[in-house]
Amino acid sequence: MDSNGPIVRLTDITRVYGKGEAELRALDGVSFDIHRGEFVSIMGPSGSGKSTTMNVLGCLDSPTSGQYLFNGVEVAGLDRDQRALLRRHYLGFIFQGYNLLPRTTALQNVELPLIYKGMGRDEREARALAALDKVGLAARAHHDPSALSGGQQQRVAIARALVGDPEVILADEPTGNLDTKRSVEIMELMVELNRAEGITIVMVTHEDDMAAFGSRLIWMVDGKVESDKAIERAA
Amino acid sequence: MLWETIKLAVQSILRNPMRSFLTILGVVIGVAAVIAMVTVGNGSSAQVTTDVESLGANLLTLRPGQDRMGPGSDQGGAARPFDLDDIDRILDQIGAISVAVPTGSQTIVAVFEGENYQTTVTGTQNGYFEAKDWALSAGRLFSSSEESGKTACIIGQTVREELMGSADPIGRKIRIDNLNCTVVGLLEAKGANTFGQDQDDTVIMPFKTFARRIAGSTDVSSITLSVRDGYSTDRAIDDLTNLMREIRRIQPGDDDDFSIRDTEQLANMLGSVTSVLTGLLSAVAAVSLLVGGIGIMNIMLVSVTERTREIGIRMAVGAQASQVLLQFLVEAIVLSALGGVIGIALGLAMGAIGSSMLNVPFIPDPGTIALAFGFSAVVGIVFGYFPARAAARLDPIEALRH
Repeated sequence: MDSNGPIVRLTDITRVYGKGEAELRALDGVSFDIHRGEFVSIMGPSGSGKSTTMNVLGCLDSPTSGQYLFNGVEVAGLDRDQRALLRRHYLGFIFQGYNLLPRTTALQNVELPLIYKGMGRDEREARALAALDKVGLAARAHHDPSALSGGQQQRVAIARALVGDPEVILADEPTGNLDTKRSVEIMELMVELNRAEGITIVMVTHEDDMAAFGSRLIWMVDGKVESDKAIERAA
Repeated sequence: MLWETIKLAVQSILRNPMRSFLTILGVVIGVAAVIAMVTVGNGSSAQVTTDVESLGANLLTLRPGQDRMGPGSDQGGAARPFDLDDIDRILDQIGAISVAVPTGSQTIVAVFEGENYQTTVTGTQNGYFEAKDWALSAGRLFSSSEESGKTACIIGQTVREELMGSADPIGRKIRIDNLNCTVVGLLEAKGANTFGQDQDDTVIMPFKTFARRIAGSTDVSSITLSVRDGYSTDRAIDDLTNLMREIRRIQPGDDDDFSIRDTEQLANMLGSVTSVLTGLLSAVAAVSLLVGGIGIMNIMLVSVTERTREIGIRMAVGAQASQVLLQFLVEAIVLSALGGVIGIALGLAMGAIGSSMLNVPFIPDPGTIALAFGFSAVVGIVFGYFPARAAARLDPIEALRH
């Protein structure tokens, strides 16, 4: 591992669905680096490949061709189980629809990644509580998701993403289901994590206001990176 | 990790108790049916053995004619009866026989102070009680003068109740046919035999009295014998057969014109009938266990579809395919093992109720219980594997989009 190089380096990544006439090039030669501590916003019209990029970054999907170095290690050719291990130890996910387990308390939801890390019950609970505390929901640890508001559910999801001390958190339209006030709260929380914990964040969004919380904006069109520039932080 | 997985499985089962209950219902019923069948079956077998033993240990019955079914079975009527000399020769020549007494029976109405009761009157000798292992609860056996032709009788509990209620019967006179008969003894209660016949519904009188005054002939229609303890019943039957062939002058190669029945044979026959029935019913119950397993597979498959998103979430946070497989497999096994445990409890309860209703002893069989539990766990593995594999093969992106 190379801790001085970029945490993520995509080189000429393509992702092609289908074959022949029905071929769809979702990603068509995407290249960029992401460095430790960055907060990258990815924007673009629908069908521009931003979600596919996230799937590739999150090791949920393998690129058809190209090179993906994570921490200097080639991951494009990893099999399913190896990718699962990479997600388990280095990545955290935040989704638009929160994706919490129903009929499962906030605490148990946050514990989930730690179970797969093989952590003992007591340590798991302590860490999950600490993570919930960071997102301001320690008091709601024993509530079911159904008893929480959308903003609170997303904060539980953020606690779940950060509980395993990931290198990178991948957020796919994290404020897509929230009103402006809650959205800003969530973004402020993410900025806080980025600054205080030094967690690298990559976020897909289609809202300019939300993208503006990041330190860098990648604009994608038709499976290609059209522009990539640093942005002046709103805060 | 396995322990963790089991706890997760229990959590997930408890999250939907109603569905979990319905899922395992098939296995519960299957296991309960098997356990109940085997328990009641074992009890019945044991009861048959006890019943047959109550007929008297090492008891043989010698009858004229062949004891067989179908065409020609009426030849029994044509065969010559025995006589008292035959009995003397049996006792004289076969050392293994300790008791040989003549018996003859008729169905007659007994009358006592205006009460009428139809019963079986048997003429025999004191040895009959020894052969049948039947003690008196009051009074005495026949005296030698009574045995040589005086009227006296020993009655069973049922006859006493029907005729005189709970009164002391000893010394009272009952009328049988045209005989005024003094009751000298009261037999102990013996209950119903294997065929449901009330053994206490009987009046016994000396054979000679019965022959002269009731049957009207000294022909012996059957002989009750007892094999001495420690002697082989089979040997005794062989010796008896040879002797009877000799007495009745049956040519070598000709069939016997008499038959010998022993209680052991009867016990074996009834025992095998019971075990065939038990086996058959258990097989039917086992099929319902199989159907229960298919029920589990069905629900688990539905559950995989329903929980696609959950599987996606687990995979996103780092679960490997094998861990998802294990989770669903363990869930299926825990479910069906739970069904097994509930089924065993239910089956034992049903077995206990069934046994007491049929009046047979309650004998749970640990082997069957272990087998039923093992089988229900195997059902979980077999029928849980397919849905679990379906879950493990899901594509995480597709699963999350679900």
